[in-house]
Amino acid sequence: MHKGYFGKFGGRFVPETLVPALSEVEEAYNTIGRSQKFKAQLSGLLADYAGRPTPLYHAQNISRRLKFKLYLKREDLLHSGAHKINNTLGQALLAKMMGKTRVIAETGAGQHGVATAVACALLNLKCTIFMGKVDVERQKSNVYRMRLCGAEVIPVQSGSQTLKDAINEALRDWVTNIRSTYYLFGTAAGPHPFPTIVRDFQSVIGRETRKQILQKEGRLPDALVACVGGGSNSIGLFHSFRRDPVDFIGVEAAGMGIASGKHAATLSAGRPGVLHGTYSYLLQDKDGQIKIAHSVAAGLDYPGIGPEHSFYKENRRAKYVSVTDKEALSAFHLLSEVEGIIPALESSHSLAYLLKSKKLFAGKLVIMCLSGRGDKDLEEVLRVEQNPPHPPLSP
Amino acid sequence: MNRIDEKLKQLKKEGKKALILYLTAGYPSLAATEKLVPELERAGADIIELGVPFSDPVADGVTIQRTSAAALASGTNLTKIFRTVSRIRKKSRVPIILMGYYNPILSYGLTDFVAECKKAGVDGLICADLPPDEAQELTRLTRAAEIGLIFLLAPTSTPERIKLVSQASYPFIYYVSVTGVTGVRKSLPNDIRTKITQIRRYTRKPICLGFGVSNASQAKEVLPFVDGVIVGSALLDCIEKAGKDYLGAAKKFTASLANVSS
Repeated sequence: MHKGYFGKFGGRFVPETLVPALSEVEEAYNTIGRSQKFKAQLSGLLADYAGRPTPLYHAQNISRRLKFKLYLKREDLLHSGAHKINNTLGQALLAKMMGKTRVIAETGAGQHGVATAVACALLNLKCTIFMGKVDVERQKSNVYRMRLCGAEVIPVQSGSQTLKDAINEALRDWVTNIRSTYYLFGTAAGPHPFPTIVRDFQSVIGRETRKQILQKEGRLPDALVACVGGGSNSIGLFHSFRRDPVDFIGVEAAGMGIASGKHAATLSAGRPGVLHGTYSYLLQDKDGQIKIAHSVAAGLDYPGIGPEHSFYKENRRAKYVSVTDKEALSAFHLLSEVEGIIPALESSHSLAYLLKSKKLFAGKLVIMCLSGRGDKDLEEVLRVEQNPPHPPLSP
Repeated sequence: MNRIDEKLKQLKKEGKKALILYLTAGYPSLAATEKLVPELERAGADIIELGVPFSDPVADGVTIQRTSAAALASGTNLTKIFRTVSRIRKKSRVPIILMGYYNPILSYGLTDFVAECKKAGVDGLICADLPPDEAQELTRLTRAAEIGLIFLLAPTSTPERIKLVSQASYPFIYYVSVTGVTGVRKSLPNDIRTKITQIRRYTRKPICLGFGVSNASQAKEVLPFVDGVIVGSALLDCIEKAGKDYLGAAKKFTASLANVSS
């Protein structure tokens, strides 16, 4: 396989200034990142700081409603509230060992920003987070969290002022401060080697899950389900099962419905192209201009997708489906009510798919990645339900 | 022979340097682009770069971000840019390079894109986010059509990258003078001469320098080391400020640079 490619997807489509920096990251990852010293430090941090392993929980109440056995991989219980910290601890440690003094990152809802700020505080790295101005305004508490941990948060005023523009601005900063700075990319997308690095750091999810389910059930699951924005929690869950006879299902955000044009269902409704350094499926118009994504879950609100998912779509290793904002909000309420677990709106998409497609799984054993907790979404849910573009919910 | 190649050879023979000016196609309008190109040539521009606007221009600073967004908002796309170039070709033989990002080209279709370039009279292409490693197909197509495909080198480029890029780039090499994005700067870094000398060890191809060059005195500072200089954001700023009299202002700005390069 061509370097940095998953089938025909992936690659390194970046300005020349960045090429040596990406090679440097790649080389550091292949040497430092594979050393015993690095691995020992990272697994120590994951265990004692982040809270791994996370439980694999048999959600009996919701299982009874679904009429199949559902396990939740509880990434929501991690420090800082989501799976994002698996990646930020790994990459921040790598940056530190590379001798970099400054870390930059993009963030949409702020989860990756918070996880980066936390890791940088821990490892004493200077941290700058780029966040679209629109997102800064709608995620005030996450902005404060980042600032509390010593990060500088820069509101991005260009373009649509959301995640894709935050990535543009982070790339512009990286080009400018390339010698001192490490770009801590948040999802399994972007130019090579980020899709591989992020997948590898997130694949701790799948490694634990595989061991836990064999212990609890004595067999592999029939299906794995996870939400897909850029695609890091899903690829992290899937990776360790890639050679097993287990179905992979990625759930995209259909926003207000695919027909409305206001969605983030890149694999379901996009076509391949190049954005942020990688060749993969994209939401774009007929002229190749990038479209603005929409989802109630800010973490899914991205017009691109990691290249390995595009590869899994084309070779049919995984199935990609989508659910609307409204369906995700219903699932958000239901899990809170019957299990006492408030899921992130992103993770609510996975559950919404299982609810609407429960007949497909009758009698089966299913594992869903509960990628994050919903505390960060409370204001957004209240806002959406008080000013409904959707009718009020009665789950 | 390719018009860019021809022009650079002729300038070299005359002991002159190339003045390359960048305009965002469709800014302030496509009709303006059509008027600006021949006027800039008359005022002393040797080669024109036409920026193909893209929604996510990661290598560009605020000026080109703004002009690109404005051009897109008024409906500029590749089809219309080709039409504009065809019309310019009725009045001018000035070498024209399209500069932009890969996705609009990919979306147009590489084969169709190169064919339309040929038909319209485009002489070269610069793609900011397409290093030679990812450009095999486009290299094959542009070579067959005798269209230039110009790659970039940067202050961070290693000897390995210099070798690769200078082999792949035709008819000149674009040296990015700063680690950073396009845009006006007060001063240029002082390692330019060293880096250009290093690149010259690997290639005899012409080297033109861009990113950050904003006025005649900066051009004068770097021209001794390079074969040409590329100015974009400063010209666009000047056009933006001039409002209705953009044509006169752009001509005057070009003439001030042409004085130094010839």
